[in-house]
Amino acid sequence: MYCLLTDRKATWSNKQRLTERRGIISCNENRSRDRKKNSQLVLADFHKKIKEAFEVFDHESNNTVDVREIGTIIRSLGCCPSEGEIHDLLAEVEEEEPTGYIRYEKFLPVMTKVLQERRYRPIPEDVLLGAFEVLDSAKRGFLTKEELVKYMTEEGEPFSQEEMEEMLSAAIDPGSNSVNYKEYITMMVIDEN
Amino acid sequence: MGSSTSIQHQFAFQNAEKAFKAATLIQRWYRRYVARLEMRRQCTWSIFQSIEYAGQQDQIKLHDFFSYLMDHFTPSSHNERDFLDRMFTEERFPQDAEMEKYSDYESIEVPDSYTGPHLSFPLLPDHATALVEAFRLKQQLHARYVLNLLHETRKHLAQLPNINRLSTCYSEEITVCGDLHGQLDDLIFIFYKNGLPSPERAYVFNGDFVDRGKDSVEILMVLFAFMLVYPKEFHLNRGNHEDHMMNLRYGFTKEVMHKYKTHGKKILRTLQDVFCWLPLATLVDEKVLILHGGVSNRTDLELLAKLNRHKIVSTLRYKMRKENEKQAEEKRKANQTSSAQTPTPWFLPQSRSLPSSPFHLRSDKAPKTSRSSSIPCGAPLERKESSWQVQHSVGLELERCQQQVGFPVIREKEEPLLLTSKADPVVGERPEPTREEWKQVVDILWSDPMTQEGCKANTVRGGGCYFGPDVTEQLLQKYNLQLLIRSHECKPEGYEFCHNRKVLTIFSASNYYEVGSNRGAYVKLGPSLSPHIVQYQANKATHMLTMRQRISRVEESALRALREKLFAHSSDLLDEFKKHDADKTGLITLKDWAAAVESVLHLGLPWRMLWPQLVNTSMDNALEYKSWLEDLAKEQLSHENIQSSLLETLYRNRSNLETIFRIIDSDHSGFISLDEFRQTWKLFSSHMNINITDDCICDLARSIDFNKDGHIDINEFLEAFRLVEQSCSEGQPSDCPQSTNANDSDCSSSGAP
Repeated sequence: MYCLLTDRKATWSNKQRLTERRGIISCNENRSRDRKKNSQLVLADFHKKIKEAFEVFDHESNNTVDVREIGTIIRSLGCCPSEGEIHDLLAEVEEEEPTGYIRYEKFLPVMTKVLQERRYRPIPEDVLLGAFEVLDSAKRGFLTKEELVKYMTEEGEPFSQEEMEEMLSAAIDPGSNSVNYKEYITMMVIDEN
Repeated sequence: MGSSTSIQHQFAFQNAEKAFKAATLIQRWYRRYVARLEMRRQCTWSIFQSIEYAGQQDQIKLHDFFSYLMDHFTPSSHNERDFLDRMFTEERFPQDAEMEKYSDYESIEVPDSYTGPHLSFPLLPDHATALVEAFRLKQQLHARYVLNLLHETRKHLAQLPNINRLSTCYSEEITVCGDLHGQLDDLIFIFYKNGLPSPERAYVFNGDFVDRGKDSVEILMVLFAFMLVYPKEFHLNRGNHEDHMMNLRYGFTKEVMHKYKTHGKKILRTLQDVFCWLPLATLVDEKVLILHGGVSNRTDLELLAKLNRHKIVSTLRYKMRKENEKQAEEKRKANQTSSAQTPTPWFLPQSRSLPSSPFHLRSDKAPKTSRSSSIPCGAPLERKESSWQVQHSVGLELERCQQQVGFPVIREKEEPLLLTSKADPVVGERPEPTREEWKQVVDILWSDPMTQEGCKANTVRGGGCYFGPDVTEQLLQKYNLQLLIRSHECKPEGYEFCHNRKVLTIFSASNYYEVGSNRGAYVKLGPSLSPHIVQYQANKATHMLTMRQRISRVEESALRALREKLFAHSSDLLDEFKKHDADKTGLITLKDWAAAVESVLHLGLPWRMLWPQLVNTSMDNALEYKSWLEDLAKEQLSHENIQSSLLETLYRNRSNLETIFRIIDSDHSGFISLDEFRQTWKLFSSHMNINITDDCICDLARSIDFNKDGHIDINEFLEAFRLVEQSCSEGQPSDCPQSTNANDSDCSSSGAP
């Protein structure tokens, strides 16, 4: 009888242990299933975002956009690439024989990867301020119009005349003919939000 | 070479590198900022365009409705016949003798107190110039002179061919202008910048002179005056808005009746005729073709040159000027034999089952996606065929509709068709336009270019087609042309080349959607025929603004229009949101919100991107939808008498209601009876599947009759909307949308099945 009892006890505790272990396994499975689900949701979310941004420029509703709009689309999705980086991306999404149009089917996977890898993060305000301060070697707190034009059109990835004029129209204080870059940055940041 | 110099070099190099990097960083940041602005600008543009086209589709539906009624309704009682008679007398096109009566101006006296410009005929260049100056000073031309001018204009136009020919041998410089849409400032600016018309300075105005803007009358007066003064050098093409049916909806009729309370009716009737006499196209040096819309793969210039353009009254509806008894009789017989069993439907189901124009209109397709449907535009549906199909599908719908509305079933056709009893017999008339001819005209007045090859139905506009570069090439080669100049579409820069620079769109109404929304442009052709574009924006204020400020301003206007639309569909939106909220949390995620809104509004807009601007929520991705809808309502609601749900219905169908009103008020008296309004609205709302009870309709009518005298005065009618617009603009010191295009509401609500 004792044996029976013991036996029964043993079986029961085995069972318990088994159930426990099964519980752990299934708990782990659940967690990884959730993670998968989450990442699937995130992926679906990315896809929707990308699709919407793409469609804004898909004027013919035929899943293509003009190649010149790709930079705008990428940037509006939260990324801040340089011109060089955009050219690299373009190389990945263009057709073998460039048609002047980019197809959605090619754009989606490349852009999804960019978002997943969180590439081309936007520039924090303080880093931006630092950049202006580098150009303002005398640490006056402002740049003259000539200086700004010189740097923007001769250094880095130079502005076109149109880009330069546009920046000047908002940045330059006509009274002093200079830009107080700290104020300028603050104003631009508020604009965005 | 010392170590110090190399260190200096090193420093210099490092500094240069630093500067380079800093510059790159700033440029990168700035370009992102600009890109986001560009995205906002594009979204704003999409909002305006989708609302505009939704309104146009509405218009088509409205006319489908009336078309069907006209073709199939047989009144069973005097009341019904009188009612419809009144509604459709505007379809009775005046005979030439009657036209004389309508344009009779000699009996109109000009009082001594009149301080506006005086005209005497024949017109001299000075008169035309004086007219421009007078209008610039905001004077108004007396009705007598208006009618006189229209009378002379009609005489002149009637001698012109359908396709006018211009040569750069005579006028060295030809200026082509696009849509003006009642924006007098732009016309004055063009004359100021480019010079007044003269024998050396030819002008071609490419249609759409009227509607939307507030000075359509003045624009017409100026254009007609110069045309009479310089008949060889000044040319006008007809646009799709030179059409009395379009004018009912898009503001021109309203403007005329407002400015000319006594003689407006006469003026409108005369204009209806004048519009039909406008030429269809202009050809420069046999090389450059100028027409309003575009072309199709079936465009036949020879046919267009030969047809009787005067008989094409409206491109919205294929309706011949008169039907004689015999034709009507045959038609009835055809209808009868095919529908022996089914009773005459005097009530329609949804327009979806009605093929009214050569293509089927799918009201559930967003403008963008509808382009992928491949309905060939070159396949006109035979009228008889469509009648039979309609009868067949309608028979079953009939019982339900009739029960719903409570109207009697008409079992027999006793009376002849409405029109024929009133029509005069055809005597010595020129041949009527065939369906093919009508379609040719619709194509050149309504079509838009697309980048894809081919030719397909223009389902966004509901008329004409989309034509690809191959169609353009084919046409240019067939007729040995080198360029097609057209208008019809608003472009941000006022112009746009496409199809390998073989097609030029020119649009002359700057700030069309809103101040700062777009530039206007005109194009000059010299003997070399190479186009030279001039752009402008007739509003100095915008020049002072930065790009961001300009975009923000236009954006605000677009968002306001969009919020109005959202409000107008509150109940449907609430239902749709609830579907996504099974757990009744009262919250909806961004993803679901976007899907829900699109499924109700069908505008094809990037809702996820618009979320932050339309939704004010502290939670990143979830919205308390009920309070959001309530906030929307608070923005729009005003008049205490009109309850929220009624106002919503009114609002959504505002444009249609107004158009119906104007059609019912066919004699332009300014009044319709409560009963007429109720009946028509009932008819219409069932047709559009708008779920509204009989009580609601009575309430609606009664609440619009502010002074309670049993009649609805058009002013009362519009007052309801004006009050709402007023309250909406209360918060904003800057402009409310000044033209009516922001108000066209989408009518395709989903009622209960």
